[in-house]
Amino acid sequence: MTILFTPELAEDLIDLTIFSRQPHQLIPILQYCQSQNGYISRETVRQIADYLGVSEAHVYGVASFYTQFRFERPGDHQVRICLGTACHVQGGEILSEEIQKIIGIRPGEISQDQKFEFHEVACLGCCAQAPVVEVDGRIYGKVTRRKLQKVLRDHESI
Amino acid sequence: MNRFNSYREEALQKWDSQMVHSEIPVIYLGTASCGIAAGALDVLGTIQQTLTELGQPARIVQVGCIGPCYLEPIMDIAMPGGPRVSYTNVTPQKAKRILQANLTEGDLAPKMAKGHFGDEAFSSKTGIPKFFDLPMLKPQVRVILKNCGFIDPEDGDHYLAQDGYAGFLKVLEAGPQYALEALKESGLRGRGGAGFPAFKKWELARSAAGEQKYVVCNADEGDPGAFMNRALIESDPHAVLEGLLIAGYTVGASQGIIYVRAEYPLAVKRLRKAIGQMRSYGLLGDDILGSGFSFDINIKEGAGAFVCGEETALIASLEGKRGMPRPRPPFPSDSGYNGCPTLINNTETFGTVPAIMRNGGEWYQQFGVPGNYGTKTFSLVGKVKHTGLIEVPLGTSLRQVVEEVGGGTELPFKAVQTGGPLGGCLGASQLDTPITYEAMRDQGSIMGSGGLIVMDESTCIVDMARYFIGFALRESCGNCTPCRIGTRVLIDRLEKIIRGEGEPHDLEVMRKAADTMVKTSLCGLGQAASNPVTSSLNFFAAEYESHVHDHYCQAGVCKGLFQYVILAERCNGCGLCVKVCPANAIAGKLRETHTLDANLCTQCHACVEVCTKQAILSLPLSAEQDHLLLSEALQ
Repeated sequence: MTILFTPELAEDLIDLTIFSRQPHQLIPILQYCQSQNGYISRETVRQIADYLGVSEAHVYGVASFYTQFRFERPGDHQVRICLGTACHVQGGEILSEEIQKIIGIRPGEISQDQKFEFHEVACLGCCAQAPVVEVDGRIYGKVTRRKLQKVLRDHESI
Repeated sequence: MNRFNSYREEALQKWDSQMVHSEIPVIYLGTASCGIAAGALDVLGTIQQTLTELGQPARIVQVGCIGPCYLEPIMDIAMPGGPRVSYTNVTPQKAKRILQANLTEGDLAPKMAKGHFGDEAFSSKTGIPKFFDLPMLKPQVRVILKNCGFIDPEDGDHYLAQDGYAGFLKVLEAGPQYALEALKESGLRGRGGAGFPAFKKWELARSAAGEQKYVVCNADEGDPGAFMNRALIESDPHAVLEGLLIAGYTVGASQGIIYVRAEYPLAVKRLRKAIGQMRSYGLLGDDILGSGFSFDINIKEGAGAFVCGEETALIASLEGKRGMPRPRPPFPSDSGYNGCPTLINNTETFGTVPAIMRNGGEWYQQFGVPGNYGTKTFSLVGKVKHTGLIEVPLGTSLRQVVEEVGGGTELPFKAVQTGGPLGGCLGASQLDTPITYEAMRDQGSIMGSGGLIVMDESTCIVDMARYFIGFALRESCGNCTPCRIGTRVLIDRLEKIIRGEGEPHDLEVMRKAADTMVKTSLCGLGQAASNPVTSSLNFFAAEYESHVHDHYCQAGVCKGLFQYVILAERCNGCGLCVKVCPANAIAGKLRETHTLDANLCTQCHACVEVCTKQAILSLPLSAEQDHLLLSEALQ
């Protein structure tokens, strides 16, 4: 996986004082920053390191260990296909190929117009409704190729 | 204490007047994540709109998951004086019709009703069966899931009215020793999968020296294909919190932590709300109910790492580090979070504790079998007809779960995968295995946290093994060599086999790598990561051999190792496959047998999905399309 730090501006500045300056706060801080900015920028890493008194390498080391954290500006619409075991058995990978065909990007990529971002994820916990697709936080169950096209179209036009 | 009792009185009165003896209709809607995925929110909108249109007052109660997810969205209506009646697979249109029938015409719409929660007399009067007599629910018992689907998980009063926190009050009154003894007598074992006796863990944490102690609830449900913890928290968060509170009091901890997956936003939201309610009831903070016991609960959201389900890795993550396991001892009960004694249990273990404390350890022994007392929840998913969240007594056979509860499979059954990505696949000959920690292990799998994924003949065992190893490879923290390199060796060989380039030697290499990983990996992930390969090699050797020797994937999953052929005897010429084929590989007029051009076919599977006659078969590449071979393949 290549990790790209987007060049950032001062607008990233985040109020970290709501957290205590303790090392065990690192993950909650990262989660907070991501919820504010949508991603963890280089500047954010620097600020957190300063605030907690640890190295930037440490902050980045922890952040890159967990799949939740991302280091690029997110696309407008988040499309995630569940490839948990139940979804795998029910044909999740076939749907993933279909999504790639429709929006023209591979898993982990953002479309050039920034409109779509697509990820394959481990499990969304709705296994009885497999196969499952999540678009912009909304979960769709028992997805077929047909339903998929409709869902993606609906979200694109929002 | 007096104040808490008055809260309880109020809650009971509210439950009675609003739910049991409501003067207006009560409409229940399951809005846990699975219900929402099936479209419950659209139904909710329709219910609200229809009520406005009809000008009828009614109480809408959003409940959690009642279990049979394949029936979602589920909407229930209890008319004043009548029992609650369930309507299933409800669409907005259907919801509107049912509401109109019930509210304006006094008609229960029995044709659309799936079950009710009343008595026998109601069944004979209306012809609607009891909900819990449905084939999926009849073999089940409800201890952990008692409240799920019945209470509003966001209303703490609903929990209080169901004997909520009575277990905690009993422990406060009878003392920590009572809690330990009840736990010991109950025989409750860790529901995260390892099956370590819960009372031993609690005893160790209680006797550990240290001023500051922690209790941690592991809700980092990372197993793909498992959602028991999510459903429990979304449907009955207070049960888990009460278990945590009891544990805190028993071991002498002042701080509880719930480590919950960030992928479960609804569960996190409901936990936050429930913790706020606990605080307002006086069940958190200093000197709880005048007992001198002080306790608080924090939520920590996991950031997405499967290995953090391992307790030492979970602690590292809580401390703000990379979630990497470390060798034990020291065990967390001696040195855990911040070096303090820490008790870690799974969500389901905590969720079971209140019932045991309320009713005593002996009561719990009525469920299950000696050595494996109690009940266990499972997420029953995959190719079974009835998918959902289930709870059965330990000792129930896998066959009963798959065939009775799950309703069997459409195509012939092939295997059931238990224990998540670190578990194993058990085949048809092993279906009579009773579900106990020991029996599952003896069969080459594990109990695990409770994922049961059923596979039929359209699932390829080699592809499943590749899937699980791919998961373990991505989730391996990379700390120890056997796990890091071993998963890589396994996936390389599996992918080679799937490409049709497998050699007999590859199977040997995989066995050796698996053996090394089991013996030398640092933590449970590495030691068990090869399980899916070993168990499938043991029980489905023929399928591996057919991939390696004949380059044939009978399930029709591994692209390039089969060809699709349309069986003339079954094809009714409906034209569906012709329409969906993106490669224009299928030709044929309506009501005439279709033909498939293997040279154009991209094996995208679209035709198989739409064919209602199962007329499209996956045959070996070498097979001529002659009649004899086809009928052989059919057998």
